[in-house]
Amino acid sequence: MMNDFLIFENISKKFGKQQVINNVTFPVSKGEVFSLLGPSGCGKTTLLRICAGLEEPDNGRVILDGKDITDFSPNKRQVNTVFQNYALFPHMTVRDNIAFGPRTAGWNNKKIASEVHFFLELIQMSEHKNKYPHQLSGGQRQRIAIARALINRPLVLLLDEPLAALDLKLRQRMLIELDTIHDQIGTTFLFVTHDQSEAMSISDKIAVMNKGVIEQIGTPAQIYEAPTTSFVAAFIGDTNFFEGTVSEMINSEISRIAPSDFPEITVYNDKHLSIGTKVYLSIRPEKLNIAKTQPNTDKLINIFKGTVEDIIYLGSMTKFWVTTQNYKLSIIKQHSSFLLDEEPIRWKDEVWISWNPEHGYLLDQYAETDENLLTIPT
Amino acid sequence: MKYKSRFSKYVTWLVLFFFYLPMVVMTINSFNNSKYGITWKGFTLQWYIDMFNNPKILFTLMNSLIIGVTAMLVSMILGSLAAFCIHYYRTRLQLFHNNLILIQLGVPDILMGMSLLLFFISIHLKLGLLTIFFAHVTFCISYVTMVVLARLQNFDFSILEAAKDLGASWPVIIRKIILPLLSPGIIAGGLLAFTLSIDDFVITFFVTGPGSTTLPVYIYSMMKHGNPTVVNAISVFIFIATFILVFFTQKLTDTKKK
Repeated sequence: MMNDFLIFENISKKFGKQQVINNVTFPVSKGEVFSLLGPSGCGKTTLLRICAGLEEPDNGRVILDGKDITDFSPNKRQVNTVFQNYALFPHMTVRDNIAFGPRTAGWNNKKIASEVHFFLELIQMSEHKNKYPHQLSGGQRQRIAIARALINRPLVLLLDEPLAALDLKLRQRMLIELDTIHDQIGTTFLFVTHDQSEAMSISDKIAVMNKGVIEQIGTPAQIYEAPTTSFVAAFIGDTNFFEGTVSEMINSEISRIAPSDFPEITVYNDKHLSIGTKVYLSIRPEKLNIAKTQPNTDKLINIFKGTVEDIIYLGSMTKFWVTTQNYKLSIIKQHSSFLLDEEPIRWKDEVWISWNPEHGYLLDQYAETDENLLTIPT
Repeated sequence: MKYKSRFSKYVTWLVLFFFYLPMVVMTINSFNNSKYGITWKGFTLQWYIDMFNNPKILFTLMNSLIIGVTAMLVSMILGSLAAFCIHYYRTRLQLFHNNLILIQLGVPDILMGMSLLLFFISIHLKLGLLTIFFAHVTFCISYVTMVVLARLQNFDFSILEAAKDLGASWPVIIRKIILPLLSPGIIAGGLLAFTLSIDDFVITFFVTGPGSTTLPVYIYSMMKHGNPTVVNAISVFIFIATFILVFFTQKLTDTKKK
């Protein structure tokens, strides 16, 4: 496993009686942005703190660049952290904050000066170098915290919810800046967040965590398009769940499933599940088509008639909730053409819902509680 | 600053008036050529000359300063450590520790003096500068701890983790992070301890021994047996010294930004 730069191996951690991390193993490749994504209390921050050495695992090892660093104290590890509240030193100027690591490591003054200069330029804070943290805005403090960590040339940069304290616009801008910094420095980033859009936009790979275990690891697209568990499907964006059994094999890849209280649905069965197997289907809202007229019928396309229950106009798209049979389906329609030219779909209209079999995805694991994560208006 | 109501302005002036009137009277009397200072009998510097010619005053002042400075330094160290432990570890033991330190602020001086005296006698410690020093440290610690604890309320402990993360060892963290951030509190606590030690009478009175009289204890005996007018002169001197000390403390804490 040449590419596995940072490896978490069988990590477990308990706080009192609570199992915060339960036997977690995963590798991170060199140079990638790897996100740990999950709701609060899922153990993601603890995992990051274990990597930083600020927390000790009960079990397992952390291996960085071929070395077992599990027992190294934080100041002996070649990793640096950007803390959630930035944790800047309030009594030091911006420049002294950034120079703290190098000074502690005993670099010579000339090198410190040139490196500090380089990072001040990188984060575009040169003109603020003599200010104190309390004179800076949240976004500026954030950038100082990043520079202060990166100047030590860590093998891995750990980011603990770095954008959580910023407002939406600033968060989006910092995300782009973080991406730019990553492109320029090329350090491996381990990024902890509870915000799925943040993780989606910056990561090369995402590990979705829930209750101390990793539910799925994959690229953002894999996680979104092919969630393996109902938790991942529901946590990363909205989805529609169907529960049923395989009832008919149409060909090697297309099957029909019979949900308990819904007409049969044609699905893409690339896992070759045999007839009678219990399955859970997830279909993303934007994969569903909504129309006032009946679309062209193809035998394989799923078409159902329903009634519009709710409409939320969001500018670039509109969200619909349509009841068909006893199911409430969530549908997102992107507005690629000028909306006002079309005849609009209104509340209580009869509509046709349709989707291709390959637009749904069969989950490996399903938990009823995960449906609570979905935002369905009542 | 503008006052919305004149009431607060008048009250402020009245308070200042009552605080400082005795000191004004005392200052005037220190130049009054009268032994008891009831009527003005002309200007004199006699009491100041007497003061400087009295070796006993200088000797007791030295005693007070030695105890004040040493008690201040030791209580600064012990008090800061106590505050840090109480704040950082929040265990049941530390809560008990905190209460013990708080109780000291409320215990009457006379009780404290008596119990310390009994304690020193029972362990056969000769009364003198050393016993006064121990006594002063015991009550000074409480004040330093309180002041430093207040400072710790706004102390962000995650910066200690950040420092560790950036490669700093504990000695470096203490020198570069904890001490600079807590020093205004430690210094303020120390100065408070110093002023309390310098003017303590009751506790010192119990634990003092031959040859270790401090200035307040000596002033008390002068009031009873000696010349009270010299006391005025001494008081003016102490007042000026205190004023300068407070002035510099203010300057120090002003420039230290949080």
